[in-house]
Amino acid sequence: MKRDDFSWMIGGVQGSGVDTSAIVFSKAAASGGLYVFGKREYYSNIKGEHSYFQVRVSKDLIRSHVDTVDMLATFEEETIFRHALEVRSEGAIIYDPDQDTKRLDTIPTIEANVKATLTAELSKAGLSADVKGVIELARRRGVHIYPVPYNDLLKEVGTKHGETSLSTLQRMLNVMAVASSFALLSYDQELVKDAVRKQFKSKPKVAEMNADAVGAAYGFMGQKYAGSFAYKLSPVKADGTRLFVRGNSMVAMAKELAGCRLQTYYPITPASDESEYLEAHSEMQLDGAASQGEPRLAEAAAMKGKGAIAVVQSEDEIAAVTMAIGGGIAGVRSSTSTSGPGFSLMAEGLGYAGMNEVPVVVTLYSRGGPSTGLPTRHEQGDLRFALHAGHGEFPRLVLASGDLEEAFYDTVRAFNYSEKYQTPVIHMVDKALANSDGTIPMLDVKRVKIDRGALLREIKDVTNGEFKRFKHVESGISPRAPVGTKGGVYWLTGDEHDEVGHISEDPVNRDYMMEKRMGKMELAAKEIPISDRANFFGPEKADVTVVSWGSTKGAILDAMEWLKSDGITVNFLQIRLVNPFPTEYVTALLSKAKKVVGIEMNYSGQLIGIVRERTCIPVEQMVIKYNGRPMSSEEIYDAIKMIHEGKAPKRMVLKRGA
Amino acid sequence: MALKLSDLKTSAHNDWCPGCGDFGILNAVQMALAEMNADPSGTVVVSGVGCSGKAPHFIKTYGVHTLHGRAVPFATGIKLANPNLNVIIEGGDGDGMGIGAGHFVNSGRRNIDMLYIIHDNEVYGLTKGQASPTLGLGKKTKSLPLPNINQAINPIMLAVAAGYTWVARGYSYDVRHLKDLIIKGIRHKGYAFLDVLQPCPTYNDILTKEYWAGEGNLDASGRPQPRTYKLEENGYDGIVHSDDEAEIEKKVQQAILKSFEFGDHTPIGVFYQNEFVPTYEERLTGRSPSYKTNPPASQEIAKPDGTPLTNIDKLLDELRVS
Ligand SMILES: Cc1ncc(C[n+]2csc(CCOP(=O)(O)OP(=O)(O)O)c2C)c(N)n1
Ligand code: SF4
Ligand SMILES: [Mg+2]
Repeated sequence: MKRDDFSWMIGGVQGSGVDTSAIVFSKAAASGGLYVFGKREYYSNIKGEHSYFQVRVSKDLIRSHVDTVDMLATFEEETIFRHALEVRSEGAIIYDPDQDTKRLDTIPTIEANVKATLTAELSKAGLSADVKGVIELARRRGVHIYPVPYNDLLKEVGTKHGETSLSTLQRMLNVMAVASSFALLSYDQELVKDAVRKQFKSKPKVAEMNADAVGAAYGFMGQKYAGSFAYKLSPVKADGTRLFVRGNSMVAMAKELAGCRLQTYYPITPASDESEYLEAHSEMQLDGAASQGEPRLAEAAAMKGKGAIAVVQSEDEIAAVTMAIGGGIAGVRSSTSTSGPGFSLMAEGLGYAGMNEVPVVVTLYSRGGPSTGLPTRHEQGDLRFALHAGHGEFPRLVLASGDLEEAFYDTVRAFNYSEKYQTPVIHMVDKALANSDGTIPMLDVKRVKIDRGALLREIKDVTNGEFKRFKHVESGISPRAPVGTKGGVYWLTGDEHDEVGHISEDPVNRDYMMEKRMGKMELAAKEIPISDRANFFGPEKADVTVVSWGSTKGAILDAMEWLKSDGITVNFLQIRLVNPFPTEYVTALLSKAKKVVGIEMNYSGQLIGIVRERTCIPVEQMVIKYNGRPMSSEEIYDAIKMIHEGKAPKRMVLKRGA
Repeated sequence: MALKLSDLKTSAHNDWCPGCGDFGILNAVQMALAEMNADPSGTVVVSGVGCSGKAPHFIKTYGVHTLHGRAVPFATGIKLANPNLNVIIEGGDGDGMGIGAGHFVNSGRRNIDMLYIIHDNEVYGLTKGQASPTLGLGKKTKSLPLPNINQAINPIMLAVAAGYTWVARGYSYDVRHLKDLIIKGIRHKGYAFLDVLQPCPTYNDILTKEYWAGEGNLDASGRPQPRTYKLEENGYDGIVHSDDEAEIEKKVQQAILKSFEFGDHTPIGVFYQNEFVPTYEERLTGRSPSYKTNPPASQEIAKPDGTPLTNIDKLLDELRVS
């Protein structure tokens, strides 16, 4: 396997600017026309614990992270202890020699077992359990070590700006580490300074000081280490406009575009970032005629071209989902975003929406479960639950996005489906996707179409003033007039009901209503084109056929390319609409496949089970992972290679990641 | 065309027990809407689950009979999506202060312009008479095997403490007075709470119609004295008249003190009213100025051909790197 990209890592204490430094690094690279993929790993903690960011850059398209670290940028000791030995031979470590004497046993945030293993390794090599020792061990393993006296450089910058407080200056340590990295890579200094200036654009003085810190780092590195590191990073010409985005905000932007006008949430990682984005952008720009009917007030004219999304922080997730359903009842595209624990509380509400044929979208960001689980780590353990949450039987569509772009377009589709089929849609995004950064081509907003289904603006058809909201119709999809529509009234109830929505326990009516509701899934299965339900990548015939869903997509696609150059052909079936399941399509594909491998991020192989249930095809080979760290493309490459060589156990559990 | 009381009746079969206090509340709601000449399709009655939860089916406006305990958040979503609707919530005491207590309290912090009526019968009617959160410690209603082991919540005090800006109590057999309270509650700008003493002849043999009429509560001459009295007829003024902290504090304290009166001398009427608190709708408008004039339900989101109307160019621009 030959990698033609560069993998950079930065770590630090949570709250010390690790995120900012990774964003600056990524944007500096992306604005030089390079592709970027960034992955954030952090503890369920606000300040003090260790977090790290891994950024991969390449001139060619990349969609995943790798385990290999080519360069580790540090500005404190914990990152050195935790990650120095992950750096590959011929790679680089940038560190502050002032840290040399810091001892491993004095760091309270490193787990005892990690300390014990590292101490043993150091002592075997005859080295002391401190920064100096670890750095020496890395050096012996072929890593290039680059000491940078950050504080001296910072003081120089401080003098120029009249800033004498070392603690203020040290807030620029992260930027120093980024700049030192780029300097070693001989990357264009101006692109780095630009990225820094943009990052701090609201504070021009801070921005200038940070830009000078970049200059100081470049100056020192150039003098001391010019030409000493073999890998060079150069800007290239990008093919068209690119965006640098994070999963959460992709979903949020798409919600605004899709016309979502009520978003409710109860704070939970990794979902709340999306709602906060919406809150920050709650006043929107609308093209064309914005308001239907008469403007009610004189100010209406001034507000022309503006629209608001109401974002409500609720008291719990029961309130979040029922408020959103309330919005749907009133005819407004509404949604809520949550993660596993919150979704558990939403089960009863989902059933109500199913029973009353109310459109609502739940964005489910899965994370490590069960219970509080691994609150900030990744898992795909909620697929079965999304399919079955709630008592009794009701229709729902379950959509799973595989990458940043899909998260955008799928969000719009989720709203369309929910209104077309008048039922809840669960849109699954996961932690890895929510917290991944990446470059994507400019979104094609023109591709987006809004379909509101059988939505009525006025009620004409009434008997005795009552509108048959659940009218018997061939398709099962009765015209829907929102509550508040002039001309008639009707009722909703969680009880089984008749055509106007009054409680009915009549067995004949019950059969009709069950068949009406559940029949909508058959209709959806017929109407939604297969291209929106599954993706198929690679050659028609292949040595290995991978079946997967969600955010493993990028790593699988990247691994496929390496495998191809090794002469192993792989094709990949990505399930995007898990319900209604594309049964015929999957059956046809898998029954022709030579060797089927199910890949997913959970313990029991949930999709594999669903495939078996729907198609009667057993997927004998599974590659799973549940340690909370997303699968890397290298891991998948290695796994498929082993499988192809017949050396893999049937149940292959992946273990990598820190 | 004036709305007649009969226009507000539905054909749904009413299966409440004969003599149930829910009938009085139903009549009072219908009378209030008729008197206000409310537009039935501009009115939504949202309820929880219980005997009380069936109320919307008997009122010919939009009716949303939701889940046990969740009437308030459903109503919140409806109202915020379409703030031009007149939203009335009806629910049981168990519904609102047991399973839905979190919503009861937290909705008080929002001050959304809605009226919340609780059918307070001190029992879980629909599940056959278990103790509800308003039944006092040691009380033993008909179907309880043993006296109640929990203390009671004081709904008036709880509502005032939670921030409701209009707090009142009515009695379901004083229909006219109750109707007037409902009209006031609907007209109040902000979140209104109306606790209604509701006899449940089937399960609550303590707080009966006869009890409230004064059975066993005799004056010196041996005549039964009704156990309810009207605040407004007794010189009580619960209204905050100026946006002044000292005045507000005084009126809050007065309402809380008043809420301790219960039993032989039970006040009905308005305990507290404060129109100086901004509504949630106003707060949302503060965040997004177009909310008031162009609220969610009035917004067009797409052209007839499905092209979205929301322009996200600015958001995309922020993300551009090349
Ligand atoms: C989640 C849930 N738990 C339990 C029930 C059963 N249940 C139905 S009505 C009710 C109590 C009703 O009491 P209250 O709210 O006081 O209304 P009332 O019948 O007295 O009007 C209960 C517990 C339910 N419907 N849903
Ligand atoms: S059980 Fe009580 S509250 Fe329920 S209908 Fe009968 S009398 Fe009314
Ligand atoms: Mg009750």
